[in-house]
Amino acid sequence: MSVAPAKTITYREALREAIREALLADERVFLMGEDVGAYGGCFGVSKGLLDEFGPERIRDTPLSESAFVGAGIGAAMGGMRPIVEVMTVNFCLLALDQIMNNAATITHMSGGQFAIPLVIRMTTGAGRQVAAQHSHSLEGWLAHIPGLKLLAPATVADARGMLAPALADPNPVLIFEHGSLYNFEGELPADAGAVDIERAAIRRAGADVTLIASGGTVATARSAAEALAGVGIDAEVIDLRVLRPLDDQTIIGSVARTHRAVVIDEGWRSGSLAAEISARIMEQAFYELDAPVARVCSAEVPMPYPHHLEQAALPQPETVVDEVRRMIGGGSDE
Amino acid sequence: MSPTAEIDREHGLELLRQMLLVRRFEEKCVELYSATKIRGFMHLYIGEEAVAVGAMQALTPEDAIVATYREHGHALIRGVSPGAIMAEMYGKVEGCARGRGGSMHLFDAATRFYGGNAIVGGGLPLAVGLALADKLRGRRRVTACFFGDGAVAEGEFHECMNLAALWSLPVLFLCENNLYAMGTAIERYESETDLALKAASYEMTAWSADGMDVIAVEEAARRAAAEVRDGDRPCFLELRTYRFRAHSMYDPDLYRAKEEIERYKQHDPIPALIERLQAAELIADQDVEDLEQAIAQELEAAIEFAEAGTLEPVDELERFVYYEGAAP
Repeated sequence: MSVAPAKTITYREALREAIREALLADERVFLMGEDVGAYGGCFGVSKGLLDEFGPERIRDTPLSESAFVGAGIGAAMGGMRPIVEVMTVNFCLLALDQIMNNAATITHMSGGQFAIPLVIRMTTGAGRQVAAQHSHSLEGWLAHIPGLKLLAPATVADARGMLAPALADPNPVLIFEHGSLYNFEGELPADAGAVDIERAAIRRAGADVTLIASGGTVATARSAAEALAGVGIDAEVIDLRVLRPLDDQTIIGSVARTHRAVVIDEGWRSGSLAAEISARIMEQAFYELDAPVARVCSAEVPMPYPHHLEQAALPQPETVVDEVRRMIGGGSDE
Repeated sequence: MSPTAEIDREHGLELLRQMLLVRRFEEKCVELYSATKIRGFMHLYIGEEAVAVGAMQALTPEDAIVATYREHGHALIRGVSPGAIMAEMYGKVEGCARGRGGSMHLFDAATRFYGGNAIVGGGLPLAVGLALADKLRGRRRVTACFFGDGAVAEGEFHECMNLAALWSLPVLFLCENNLYAMGTAIERYESETDLALKAASYEMTAWSADGMDVIAVEEAARRAAAEVRDGDRPCFLELRTYRFRAHSMYDPDLYRAKEEIERYKQHDPIPALIERLQAAELIADQDVEDLEQAIAQELEAAIEFAEAGTLEPVDELERFVYYEGAAP
């Protein structure tokens, strides 16, 4: 059996490879959004694609989120496979009518007559000192909406492999790329391809507590798990990967083994995805729990600009460690 | 009435039949609403029939239609069966959207009828996208997008005018100007009430036509559709019309004078067409009676079909949230 050699690749490059592959594989695929062409993508994801595929398939749009997201929906209904890039999740609010009232709704409202095979990619999350209109994590809001599927790649393999199945899905799929991950490097087999878009993944096996994270907070959970290992606490790390529909089976299965859970969510605590996951654990695994489910979320404040305040607002590994130690009763400090 | 248009008996009768079908269908809807067979919001097109009937003459079966929540007439003229529309309003599985949509959300893939959109302005981006798909696939088709004057105040209108013109997309924008955004008169919400002028500022051919004259609408729509189809660019038509009924079944209609409504009723497009066809000696009273009788029978059958329809089992409640099967 030959094994393709692994290569080191950034999350950004992995996303670009996935888009390039999709464009090559299916002439119905095209990319549109603000600055995806001549600029190369606000975060450099689509750099070089305009030269290779031309302006018909790499379409720079006006600053008209509602029009170009809605045009993506219409084009999908017209037989295309659009990839729409919305620069940040905050800007998707300008297209929320189209996302909610059309993309998420038309299949049902038409009695199942119309598929909406559309992918919308957007950057999410904080950590880059870009303040209160470019930093939020609104995945929880969008995860509220039936009819949408939400993905959050946290690894280069998922950045590389989630797009193809998302495009093959007959429903609108939103992909959230955490801004802190674009320069993140990982190993990827040269022949890496599609991954599943149904299941959460256990990134680190552990016996004492389940840390549940997604996107940018997976790294937070991993750091916390390393620190906890140092005090003799064996933490399991779940990367949700799919934010809607949630993979209850993986979450509940893990909690049934560890009997404790901390949900880490860069969204605000009130009405958050963390709240939803906590409720599901309570509903489905209450008698497995040795402690109440804990949540480590962003502080309930619009994201401040100064570095120290931004960091104080965000879920930190230390906070996760403190929560776990409080829950377990200290661990061992030697 | 446009004085120049030539019209033959067959086509004149067909225009009249379509307008009468829409009028009588909606009059039945009012009765059925009062009898609580139809519930929810229901918006009547009565008075505006010449717009959809005239405009639809310019479209082929390959073209696409995006309409608003006042779309019973558009669906009927497009060829969705009266029974399927009535069953939809009854909330029955036999409806054109399995009863999931109701009056405001009529859909029919077979006739490329893409709704039934009840967010004012929300259908315009869809129409732009459908046209973009046609352009990218090299298909010479028109996407006809109906919307009201109220939509012109929405940001989505301006975004879509710009995008369609910028990308030379084959969208026929059909603005049904009935002078009111629900209960607010146009001069109370638009800084510029010449809507074609607004559209023209996006480098788009745009003009206005008398929306109470079905032949004038048809002429304008044919010209505009030809420009879209052959010129490979969007076009905007403002069709000046008036609704004789309230905005919806909930509306007490307190914001406009009875005299104004009566004045516009003098321009009712249906008697106007009958008079014109009779004056040209193309039809006789008997022809109108024959049409009325055929339509009455058709509607009776449609209501029977809806009455006999089935309600979806509650255990199927969560179907169609996600598409069943692979995308076509």
